[in-house]
Amino acid sequence: MPIGPDAADKTWSKHTRRGEWMIWGGWFALAVVFVLSWQVMNERTIWAFVEDAPRQGADLLSRSWPPRWDYLGNLWQPLWDTLNMATLGTLLGTAMAVPLAFMAARNTSPSLLFLRPVALFIIVASRSINSLIWALLLVAIIGPGILAGIIAIALRSIGFVGKLLYESIEEIDETQVEAVRATGAGQLQLIDYAIVPQVLPAFVGMTIFRWDINIRESTILGLVGAGGIGLQLQGSLNTLAWSQVSVIFAVILLTVIVAEWVSSKVRRAII
Amino acid sequence: MVSAVAPAASRRWRRPPVFIKSRFWRIAIYGGFFAYLVMALWSIDLDWTRIVQGLDRGQRFIEGFLTPDFTSRWRDIRQGMVESITMTVCASVVGILISIPIGIGAARNIAPWPVHAVCRSIIAISRAFQEIIIAILFVAMFGFGPFAGFLTLSFATIGFISKLLADDIEEVDEAQAEAIRATGAGWWQIVNYAIQPQVMPRLIGLSLYRVDINFRESSVIGIVGAGGIGATLNTSMERYDYDTAGAILILIIIFVMLAEYGSSHIRKRVQ
Repeated sequence: MPIGPDAADKTWSKHTRRGEWMIWGGWFALAVVFVLSWQVMNERTIWAFVEDAPRQGADLLSRSWPPRWDYLGNLWQPLWDTLNMATLGTLLGTAMAVPLAFMAARNTSPSLLFLRPVALFIIVASRSINSLIWALLLVAIIGPGILAGIIAIALRSIGFVGKLLYESIEEIDETQVEAVRATGAGQLQLIDYAIVPQVLPAFVGMTIFRWDINIRESTILGLVGAGGIGLQLQGSLNTLAWSQVSVIFAVILLTVIVAEWVSSKVRRAII
Repeated sequence: MVSAVAPAASRRWRRPPVFIKSRFWRIAIYGGFFAYLVMALWSIDLDWTRIVQGLDRGQRFIEGFLTPDFTSRWRDIRQGMVESITMTVCASVVGILISIPIGIGAARNIAPWPVHAVCRSIIAISRAFQEIIIAILFVAMFGFGPFAGFLTLSFATIGFISKLLADDIEEVDEAQAEAIRATGAGWWQIVNYAIQPQVMPRLIGLSLYRVDINFRESSVIGIVGAGGIGATLNTSMERYDYDTAGAILILIIIFVMLAEYGSSHIRKRVQ
């Protein structure tokens, strides 16, 4: 290996010169984009309000303290509705997600050319729209109430459960399918005995995980009129009853923590 | 031997239960869940006349979705999209910049315990409340518009990135830190030469994933007044302008898909 006379002058560097320029250029581009975005975003910002914010915050805090704990009595029924919205929505969404996932998975799809793209599109569309937006649409269509919330939660859950389920169907061990097929099993028996046992723990795990997320989301669906504790939140916000808002926040926080705890316990027991 | 075979011949094989092996608990848990379902379904009060009325609207909405109208409200749509995108960019950059020191501080293996405790509680607070609730508070403090949305998304980004970064740092290979320490490196040098190279690819991946989430969220928080395309969507729904609402939904789906594919593509190249 010939060593050139200039080898001694070279110092070690992590990247080539070209690579260094590219990295530098990337960071510079990011900085430019950030500064431009900042300017465009704040075109209409009223800085007087921003400067005033600490005082506003202190004011809010003083209004919401002490919380009106006797308001708690009005919250049990909405809380029950919230729980039902999350649970029934999860069940409905999961029920629709299962056939979609089987259609979307490459190894179980009945038609790769037609049904698979359709199923994938439904999954993507459901995932890209937040449940609050679904609720906004459904409240306009079927009217305010818990049903709109259930369907909103269900529509958002389809994408989540569908995506995770079809990915885990695609990742199954094909040898087990082969073994069951060798016994002369039909297509449905194949799914029942070779595929379902492999994906079932993951499926139950993701359903419960989604339920936990849905509890979180169903607490705020009422903001657009879809029932549950969010409805009380909306009412209290509109009447500027901040001492009730703080009670509602406390209840929501507690519910979310309990749901997360339950979901992690159950998932640990299953997986 | 014989006694074992004889009853087996008269018995058919039965598939063992999937989850709960104990017969008593299986019946109790499934029965309890069924009873809950009945109660939950019972408590939904349906207003059939409203739903039948709504079907007509639902049809008009689907028509609006199929014949989206991008042109007549194009200026509002563009304004909303620009706000959403700039909010996403600014909140991601600022949120990630703040979450790196907090993430380092929250890692037990490199931070002293008071710093660890403070940083972990910041993360817990940021993760406990969902974006919408934070947005309500920030809108009340900072006034309507994308600035409140920017703060909301930054705050949510901190909880997400810091937690995952801290967990990642806690799982680094200690041997490399030991090796760097043996050269006489100080704390900063250990972080820079032993920790950073190990967590950097994942940090970049998480950041891109968060950009994707921030865009999704930016389309929602507008509903409570924090700027972005959600505000435009809310307005057009309230005006029963379904053609425009359909156009906005299509734009959201396209942008979310672009963000998702873009971010997963870059993540694959980086890792």
